[in-house]
Amino acid sequence: MSALPPRFSDWFAARGWQVHPHQQALLSRTGEPALLLLAPTGGGKTLAGFLPTLVELAGGTHSGLHTLYISPLKALAADIRRNLSRPVEEMGLPVRIEDRTGDTSHQKRLHQRADPPHILLTTPESLALLLSYPDAARTFAGLSRVIVDEIHALAESKRGDQLMLCLARLQSLCPGLRRVGLSATVDEPGAIARFLAPHPAPCPIITADPGPDPDISMLVTDEPPPWSGGGGRHAIPAILNEVRRHKTTLIFHNTRAQAEIFFHHLWLENEDALPIAIHHGSLAREARLKVEAAMVAGSLRAIVCTGSLDLGIDWGDVDLVIQVGAPKNVKRLVQRIGRANHRYNAPSKALLVPANRWEVVECEAALQAVRAHDLDGEPRGPGPKDVLCQHILIAACAGPFKAEALFAEVTSAGPYADLTRAEFDACLDFCATGGYALKAYDKWQRLMLKGGRWQLRDPRATQMIRMNVGTITSSELLKVALKARFGGKPLGEVEEAFAASLTPGDTFLIGGEVVRYEGLRELTVEVSRDRGREPKVAVFSGTKFSTSTELCERMLAIMARPSWPELPGHTAEWLSLQRERSELPRAGELLIESFPAEGREYLCIYGFAGRNAQQTLGLLLTKRMEEEGLNPLGFVATDYATLIWGLDPVTDPTPLFDLGRLRAGLEEWLAGNAVMKRTFRNVAIVAGLTPRNHPGQRKSGRQATFSTDILYDTLRKYDPDHLMLKVTREEAMRGMVDFARIEAMINRTGARIRTRRLGHVTPFAAPLFFEVGKVPVFGAARERLMEAEAERLMAAAGLARSRAGG
Amino acid sequence: MKDMDRFDFDLAGARLSALPSGALFWAAEGVLTVSDLHLGRSERYARRGGALIPPYETADTLARLDADLDRTGARSVICLGDSFDDLAASALPDEDLLWLARMKAGRRWVWIEGNHDPGPVGLGGEHRAEVTIGSLTFRHIAVPGASGEVSGHYHPKVRLAGQSRPAFLADASRVILPAYGTYTGGMDAGRAELRALLSGPATAILTGSRPIACPVPI
Repeated sequence: MSALPPRFSDWFAARGWQVHPHQQALLSRTGEPALLLLAPTGGGKTLAGFLPTLVELAGGTHSGLHTLYISPLKALAADIRRNLSRPVEEMGLPVRIEDRTGDTSHQKRLHQRADPPHILLTTPESLALLLSYPDAARTFAGLSRVIVDEIHALAESKRGDQLMLCLARLQSLCPGLRRVGLSATVDEPGAIARFLAPHPAPCPIITADPGPDPDISMLVTDEPPPWSGGGGRHAIPAILNEVRRHKTTLIFHNTRAQAEIFFHHLWLENEDALPIAIHHGSLAREARLKVEAAMVAGSLRAIVCTGSLDLGIDWGDVDLVIQVGAPKNVKRLVQRIGRANHRYNAPSKALLVPANRWEVVECEAALQAVRAHDLDGEPRGPGPKDVLCQHILIAACAGPFKAEALFAEVTSAGPYADLTRAEFDACLDFCATGGYALKAYDKWQRLMLKGGRWQLRDPRATQMIRMNVGTITSSELLKVALKARFGGKPLGEVEEAFAASLTPGDTFLIGGEVVRYEGLRELTVEVSRDRGREPKVAVFSGTKFSTSTELCERMLAIMARPSWPELPGHTAEWLSLQRERSELPRAGELLIESFPAEGREYLCIYGFAGRNAQQTLGLLLTKRMEEEGLNPLGFVATDYATLIWGLDPVTDPTPLFDLGRLRAGLEEWLAGNAVMKRTFRNVAIVAGLTPRNHPGQRKSGRQATFSTDILYDTLRKYDPDHLMLKVTREEAMRGMVDFARIEAMINRTGARIRTRRLGHVTPFAAPLFFEVGKVPVFGAARERLMEAEAERLMAAAGLARSRAGG
Repeated sequence: MKDMDRFDFDLAGARLSALPSGALFWAAEGVLTVSDLHLGRSERYARRGGALIPPYETADTLARLDADLDRTGARSVICLGDSFDDLAASALPDEDLLWLARMKAGRRWVWIEGNHDPGPVGLGGEHRAEVTIGSLTFRHIAVPGASGEVSGHYHPKVRLAGQSRPAFLADASRVILPAYGTYTGGMDAGRAELRALLSGPATAILTGSRPIACPVPI
């Protein structure tokens, strides 16, 4: 089928629209088993994806589900439903469209399984859940097309890996299924095509006209940015000025906490009371829906937001995007910029607001990269096995399966195409028996082999498996709600660790209002409203991205210049001062400064390897220093440098940097550190080793639960080759540990280390003193300080110290 | 036993030593007390169709208990309840039973009942709701108003200089032991249930590589 039926061409004509070439291409090639469309925002991407479906359904002969649309965002599913309803109604098409997300009512979901609509809009997690029911084959009968929206974003996370496994399952249920991926512009579309296609089928790529180059620049402010930290408070007057001059502005922040703080201060200075709202993933659903509705109604002038608005929702009136804080990654920046001006073939307008001096340099690097169309991409490894383990358990929920058949199905998913049978079997064994060297559970297997098929020993286990579907494990979140006597209204969520740091009377920001912590009731943080007080900072999560290799290289290139007329004066002066008082880091060597300050000894390593790798470097180096008796006390890492402090000076750091010894020590070091434990926790949750949710869970009595750290230590001691430890290591090496970038950094510098012993703090090192997220080293020096603290408290309390002999 | 590896304090006239492992030793009577071993926890989870967590906690807990018996040369052992994650979990694998039997040989061994194991376990030794030796009474859950009392149950933890560790909580009339079992979590000593039990200046003794004493945070 290639020509657009008259009903459709008339509809286009009536609206004065023309079918874009890429929309036509998708229509003409709709028979392909897989297609990837690359198009800028506003290019009619969604309609391109749905047009073949609407044409096929126009005849009214199809019964049951026809097209499944999957988006990474719940909000997007609802938004697409609204947008699709319009052509469907105007052309009078006999098409039923429904969405299904975590927010859909239980009643509605039951009904959808029995009587699915023609087009179902959903998320990867809701799809995985649908596939876990024994009646999945009936639900999906007739399914003909699947559209994966924002696939470039999904392909970067475990959510995408899980989705591809689910599509493999769907392909078995519906062999004629055709796939379409909709993607923003990316550096390596081939990788996404391989990710999407049912292996080994090909996946042709259709590229839409990218449109004109964006109009992008740095926002110049009267007040210079601070030395360190994020937030961009200094730029609020200038930003308000821009909001006034534009119709609708999106103000992006890198973390939720920064968005909250910025929003709070923005309102303090918003004298014209411009209608400005806040939107991020920690807000209560009601609050988010309200903002989205106000945006659709065109009643907002600006939204302060985070990555939760990176994707999809089509708000045609946005004419300016402001990025506060360093963009970290050119690809994401380009996608954010694309959020402005959804009219095709009009340039997007964007402003970068560096939040500190370091970020000024990074923003300049990003501007250069955007102009040069130089996108960065970090290659992604094969599909992670914790996701596979969850998939096997979900398969078992749906019914008994044969190992060979499931293996064949799994390896037809792009990310798992290279999975070996032995690797698959290890995952299956983990799901069935726990996979322990000690075969303790012969009686209590989770999966049993009966008549050549694997099945759940206890059918009641399905409930717990279903309750734990999904791969998002960022951290334990607690709900925040007004105290019952103030109405009990839910406001959002905060990290458990943040909640634990609160004492009654503390104030923090959520949803742009200052609230007072009243207490914890079961798993809800109860608060009251508290106007007019300076809040304690909200530190709930926001993903911490590392600055990309591409941007780091460009920053070093900028520093290599003799002068910096393109940079704001304050930053150019700062660079000159660093050159004068120490020196500037160069691409061909590793600059390390060593200096005393305030009674401690400091070491500052300018690795430009990104936050994760600089953090790992901090952990590795402090471990080596501990071994050498150099008494390190702690460190802090940014995307550009690691600052270590301790009791003794390090005059010759070269021996600490022996790559061979660093790598050899890595394994041993990896073992006990917090980063690994955090990674293990995520892996253990996803793989179903430590489910987060239990049926009929008791909400109090916290002593009943114990931390996954204990399981990690136990496995290391008694079962060091266990699958979960291997998966943890694999994940940490390419994620939070990012050792690859340390190796790249040492290779880039040819291990040439340039040490400067100085008598004072340097201009580049000074901002690191104000960084948050300092990591203590729990070594001999710390033990000494801890005992001193206990001693002081005992003395203050007048308690006699009766240690034996003392 | 080296001085640095224990913290001594007095309760109802008895001099007690808090060990860094979480065990309590009464040298005058040769009594070693441990609480909340939760042996067989992984087996119980597996049996109930929960997660298959690493089945090594019993061996790990017994190994630490064995080491404490070695260093103290205790003549009696009191397990303060919740020794098993449930009564069925006391059906330990043979090698663990043998290990336990070897440790019990030549010693008085008292199993106090806990809320997880409210009944006799088929492992020999005495089974008691509580036991009194001299001026001290040993039971699972502290009784308000009691004195000279040694109990467990709450798995107390205390945060000091940014680190949270299992801890003994002691005041003039009682000591509450931390959980000794490998697979156990903890309850912050600041919680109302625990604070209500303590009066006057109370001391927390944190477990770890060496015991560290500090005031119970209020």
